[in-house]
Amino acid sequence: MKNAFRLLVALVEGTIVTARHFFSNLWFHFLRLIGLKKYRPGAVTIQYPEETKPLPLRYRAVHRLMKRPGGKPRCVACLLCATVCPSECIVVEAAGDRDPEIQKTAGRFEIDLTRCCFCGFCVEACPEDAIRMDTGRIDLAARARAELVWTLDDLLR
Amino acid sequence: MSEISVLLVKIVVALGWLLLLALFLTWVERKQSAVMQDRIGANRARVLGLRMFGLFQPFADAIKMIFKEDFVPPFADKVLHTLAPFVSFFFVAAAVAVVPFGPAVRIRGTPVLLQVYDGTAGLLFLLAMLSLGVYGILLSGWSSRNRWGLIGGLRGAAQLVSYEIGLGLSLVGLIMVYPSLRLSEIVAYQGGLILGFLPRWGVFLQPLGFLVFFVAAVAETKRVPFDLPEGESEIVGFNAEYGGLKWGLFMLTDFMEIIVVAALAATLFFGGWQAPWLGPDGVRWPWGGHWAMAGGVVLFLQVLSFQLKVAFFCWLQILIRWTYPRIRYDQLMDLGWKLLVPLGLLNVLGTGLVMSLR
Repeated sequence: MKNAFRLLVALVEGTIVTARHFFSNLWFHFLRLIGLKKYRPGAVTIQYPEETKPLPLRYRAVHRLMKRPGGKPRCVACLLCATVCPSECIVVEAAGDRDPEIQKTAGRFEIDLTRCCFCGFCVEACPEDAIRMDTGRIDLAARARAELVWTLDDLLR
Repeated sequence: MSEISVLLVKIVVALGWLLLLALFLTWVERKQSAVMQDRIGANRARVLGLRMFGLFQPFADAIKMIFKEDFVPPFADKVLHTLAPFVSFFFVAAAVAVVPFGPAVRIRGTPVLLQVYDGTAGLLFLLAMLSLGVYGILLSGWSSRNRWGLIGGLRGAAQLVSYEIGLGLSLVGLIMVYPSLRLSEIVAYQGGLILGFLPRWGVFLQPLGFLVFFVAAVAETKRVPFDLPEGESEIVGFNAEYGGLKWGLFMLTDFMEIIVVAALAATLFFGGWQAPWLGPDGVRWPWGGHWAMAGGVVLFLQVLSFQLKVAFFCWLQILIRWTYPRIRYDQLMDLGWKLLVPLGLLNVLGTGLVMSLR
């Protein structure tokens, strides 16, 4: 009997909790709708494609290759990133450059993003600050796997 | 001739009311659950760039369901498999026939009840329709020839039959208190006052009866705390082999059941279309005041009062559905047989005692 009573109390308490959420959220939705209290939303939802969460400053998103002032890639094809990469997803091939200031640069630079684990070791290893992961791009999707193997041009963009 | 046309109009209006409300209850369910859980809910469906808080969602859902394949498994009993959703649908829709939406209206001198069918045994008709709804579940589970479907169907049958008894017992108390089984007379009786100030509503005459009725009726809708027949979270249910529009019919039936239960709770226990202290000539406050009102205003307020009560009970049922977890099967049977049936009997006994001592 006592248990049954406690059960009944618990049931009513549960409904009060959810009903309180319902009414308070409805109230804040209403205030927002009529233009009051913009800072207190009625829901925690972030409506993704239209609004996005601010990413942390050091968030490791898709890579990009940095450019020299002239527009050529900063990469000197030292292969440190390809060596340190635990997923072995970076392929770098060196190429010569006529400019005596540059001499050696990347002719081919591919990152297989289907294999990349976004650890950021390549960024840490790079002595030239040629590769960074600060694009903030988190929506990576493609219809074919080949589209996710990004080439030098994709990375320089 | 004109009687038949009046009847047809009533049927169309009542059925339209039920279907439209059921359609938008799907939206209400999504939005209410979202607001309860600090979410926003379906708001993407739009027509011409107009979102309207997702109010077009039911239509989007309907279009989706219409264009799905109407699949009957090759091993199923084709006739019964097709028939089952319609059986489910029919009995719930038929239950609305006896619900009074408002007082009798005089149209060109002839009184017209705002009720499709005012049978002398309206209450029993209701009980019968609610009980026959079990056939839809049982047929769908059986005709699918699928183990999960059969399990769901049998669970559904066992559950509904068990809770039918609690429901019936809670109504026995009402039958003892009310002068008639006609729902129009039941509602008219609830227009009176107890002790001069309290509306003579069923919930004040039969508080325990209302509790038993409401729990049993919510169990009859087979939604979440009692959703063992359907098991929507793991698809061990009577409708496991259904898809497209037939599944949609089952879902619509669920929402119609919510409305029917809400309408019943309002009619039997909360005075139907009676608003507190509102008589045919206006509001008579129990402390002596009198606000005179025109007949049209009173009629409007009374119909509105019924709609508000229905809306409240729909809200309450959705609140319950999104608050409680599902109970286990043995707990379900315990609740039905060991709690609701004895409480219903106690209620009948107490009512009889009070009535004979008075």
